[in-house]
Amino acid sequence: MSALRFLWGVARTPRGAVSAAVLVLVILCALFAPWLAPYDYAIQNLPGANTSPNAAHWMGTDEFGRDLMSRIIHGARTSLSVAITAIGISVVAGMTLGAMAGYFGGIFDRVVTAVVDLTWSFPEILIALLLIAIIGTGTESIIIAIAIAYLAQFTRLTRAQVMALRSETYVEATVNLGAGHAHVIFRHLLPNAITPVIVAGMLATGDAIILEATLGFFGLGAQPPTPSWGAMMSSGTAQIFIAPWIILFPGAAIAVTVIAINLFGDALIDALDIRNRLREV
Amino acid sequence: MLLFIVKRLLLLIPVFLAISVVIFMLVHLVPGDPIDSILRVGATPAERAALVARYGLDQPILTQYVTWFGKMVLGDLGDAIILRRPVADLIAMNLPHSLALGSLALVFSTVVGITAGALAAIFRDTWFDRGVMTLILLGSTVPSFWLGLLMIMLFAVTLGWFPVSGARTASALVLPVLTIGLGGVALVARVTRVAMMDIARRDFVMMLHAKGVSRWRIELGSVLRHAMMPVVTILSLRIGWILGGAVAVEFVFARPGLGSLLITSLNQRDYPVVQGCLLMLAIAVMLGTLLGDILQAMMDPRIREGMK
Amino acid sequence: MALLTVTGLGVAIGNVTPLDGISFEARKGEILGLVGESGSGKSLTALAVMGLLGRIGGRVTTGSILFDGQELTILAEPAFRRLRGKRIALISQNPMTSLDPIVRIGAQIDQVSRLHLGLSKPAAKARSIDLMQQLRIPDAETLHGAYPHQLSGGMKQRIVIAMALAADPDLIIADEPTTALDVTIQAQIIQIIVDLVRDRGLALLLITHDMGVVAQACDRVVVLYAGRVAEMNTTQAIFAAPRHPYTASLIACIPAHDQPEGTLLGIPGTVPGVLNYPPGCRFHPRCARAIDVCHAEVPVLQTLTAGSVACYLQGVPA
Repeated sequence: MSALRFLWGVARTPRGAVSAAVLVLVILCALFAPWLAPYDYAIQNLPGANTSPNAAHWMGTDEFGRDLMSRIIHGARTSLSVAITAIGISVVAGMTLGAMAGYFGGIFDRVVTAVVDLTWSFPEILIALLLIAIIGTGTESIIIAIAIAYLAQFTRLTRAQVMALRSETYVEATVNLGAGHAHVIFRHLLPNAITPVIVAGMLATGDAIILEATLGFFGLGAQPPTPSWGAMMSSGTAQIFIAPWIILFPGAAIAVTVIAINLFGDALIDALDIRNRLREV
Repeated sequence: MLLFIVKRLLLLIPVFLAISVVIFMLVHLVPGDPIDSILRVGATPAERAALVARYGLDQPILTQYVTWFGKMVLGDLGDAIILRRPVADLIAMNLPHSLALGSLALVFSTVVGITAGALAAIFRDTWFDRGVMTLILLGSTVPSFWLGLLMIMLFAVTLGWFPVSGARTASALVLPVLTIGLGGVALVARVTRVAMMDIARRDFVMMLHAKGVSRWRIELGSVLRHAMMPVVTILSLRIGWILGGAVAVEFVFARPGLGSLLITSLNQRDYPVVQGCLLMLAIAVMLGTLLGDILQAMMDPRIREGMK
Repeated sequence: MALLTVTGLGVAIGNVTPLDGISFEARKGEILGLVGESGSGKSLTALAVMGLLGRIGGRVTTGSILFDGQELTILAEPAFRRLRGKRIALISQNPMTSLDPIVRIGAQIDQVSRLHLGLSKPAAKARSIDLMQQLRIPDAETLHGAYPHQLSGGMKQRIVIAMALAADPDLIIADEPTTALDVTIQAQIIQIIVDLVRDRGLALLLITHDMGVVAQACDRVVVLYAGRVAEMNTTQAIFAAPRHPYTASLIACIPAHDQPEGTLLGIPGTVPGVLNYPPGCRFHPRCARAIDVCHAEVPVLQTLTAGSVACYLQGVPA
């Protein structure tokens, strides 16, 4: 309840209000795409291909005559579900690894830290491409690839938080009182370490949307006819001279969504006053 | 200093080994028999056996790795399956284009990013600062391939100032460099701005003011010089991000280069080429990190002496 | 003849006024102590005299700062810059952080004489080494090329002093010059500073919270409390017969030499923050001898036979 009230407070700052409104709109599109979209996203109408924006098709049509706006509304579903699922997996796995590494230390910590440091210097897109080379293309593959690509970030962040908390008196006292490892980790360490990781996860969701779109643009993501913002632009490149809107609108959808996520995340960071705790890099 | 460089180089050896193992394993981790992904449809068992022997797949995996690694160090990266040429040749053809694009984008990002970030820090809370902040937000949120497409629409299609694609002329580099550059500029400007504002609050800066040094000399001579250290750290860590941006942008502008080669090969499942490209990109990332370490040591005596 | 005359100085940061009505004089060849707990406004006073309030977002609102006949509160920045380091120098609180960690210490000293005296590089270096030797820095020529992290705290503070002296200033402001140092080094550094003032006939504004340091070094003392002057007198007179209850408490605290700043023994409570300065005498909530008028009316700084005090008790002993 207090978390909701807090979010409401953030949403009432000017920066928070604009970004929250955009995010709510995008999420509504994703949730209620079939009801909100004016047309079926897959119905082709070749005579009406590459129509410029007009009263019937507000964002025009693509090279198969499909309504662009309907595809963008459905694309929100693809983009958000891939990004949120991937980051969700990544956050849970990263928190588990990071908390265990930070709590137990020793050889386990050394191995985790070494692997994390190794992957840390490589951009997420290269890691994702490497993984796609192994597990193949398609929606599930890019979810796994994105999840693993961001794993290092959350592991690192959680580990740093846990290391800082571990040395605090109350945690040491709990350990000395004979509490089990699981009790200490789940009742004391993670609840206190979770806020920065959640905020970092939110910001990473924005990056993951871009990454999903980039992979989709390379033709490695969701396969046709599933609408995805990245893939839509990819097929639009052939039409760049005659129907630039096919590229313009999906890209704008990505940019607006990601900017909103960043602005809202930034407002959250300020409201929670955790900028220093996020600066672990 | 030489000792420092040697030490850092030695530290890179295990990293390189780890990366080479991952990249080597790539072919073996692919679901199914790797030969099936290489084999043409309708191949005879004899052809299959010949291929297995040729790639040494009948030998223990460690032997395969050692053989592969030995050849790789000597520059033999195997043959491309689809393109039917040595991978090393393909890389040699594409690498110069990527190097030109990557280094120009890096220089552009650094020069423009530091200038914008420094001026924003010096003129903090003015319209200029807010402008730079907006640029930073856009640069870190707009997907680079979309930006590339927008640039093509505006400058190449509508205005006709630059070529739409390809790499035949030097002017064909302008749009790709700008496209990758915006993200880089955003990154560098953000780090420069924050670092300068942080350093301006330090005691020794107040002392410089107390010594009667002029504000510009302090800001540009001392504060910026100190701010360069986090900038170099971030740049060396994120040099891969600039290369990563190059992958997408090469693809958008249909430029030859490692990125285009990688994406094409990935789509065609041409694994030897994918391995070669990933290896080259990994080496570039490692060299970037090394270069960053060396620059840091040149700037800070405490790092040279291993005190930090 | 006063070199520096501060009259009715008020300083604001944003819309709060941490300092008001500060008045004192500093004379050549004399060490003036500026004493008070942290939060009393000592360092702000120093910044105001150096013209550096703008660096922390503050400004002078009232009063005057007269330095050698020149009004500093209206002095333009370029002219002020030529004064800073040349005629008014600063010895800062923390030598660990006051030197640029990536510049050789020699260059940091040279910078002052090159900037203000127009010396050439070799001439500045020779001058710096000479200064370092005068400050009893061993092996000055080698240390001229060293980096700050290679020196001990006491040596770094000597470098900071050399930097302050490099352009032959008339007034030195030493802001807690020994607080960050080991107790064993503190007396040495104070002695070096005292000798300098005597030898060169400088005026020194010594900012400290330590009455022990005051007793060792100062000729006269200004006691600040919560942004106002509480009492002003010669060191001798103040120790013999403190007139302000706050001064008396400060003196009573001297044995607690190793207490961290701000937790002075014998004075209950702490200095109020600028946002909750109490009405009347700002010391009254902590004053054992406060009477009714202290709660309501601000006591005026009154000049008595020798020195001055802002207290309704008028120095009547307890």
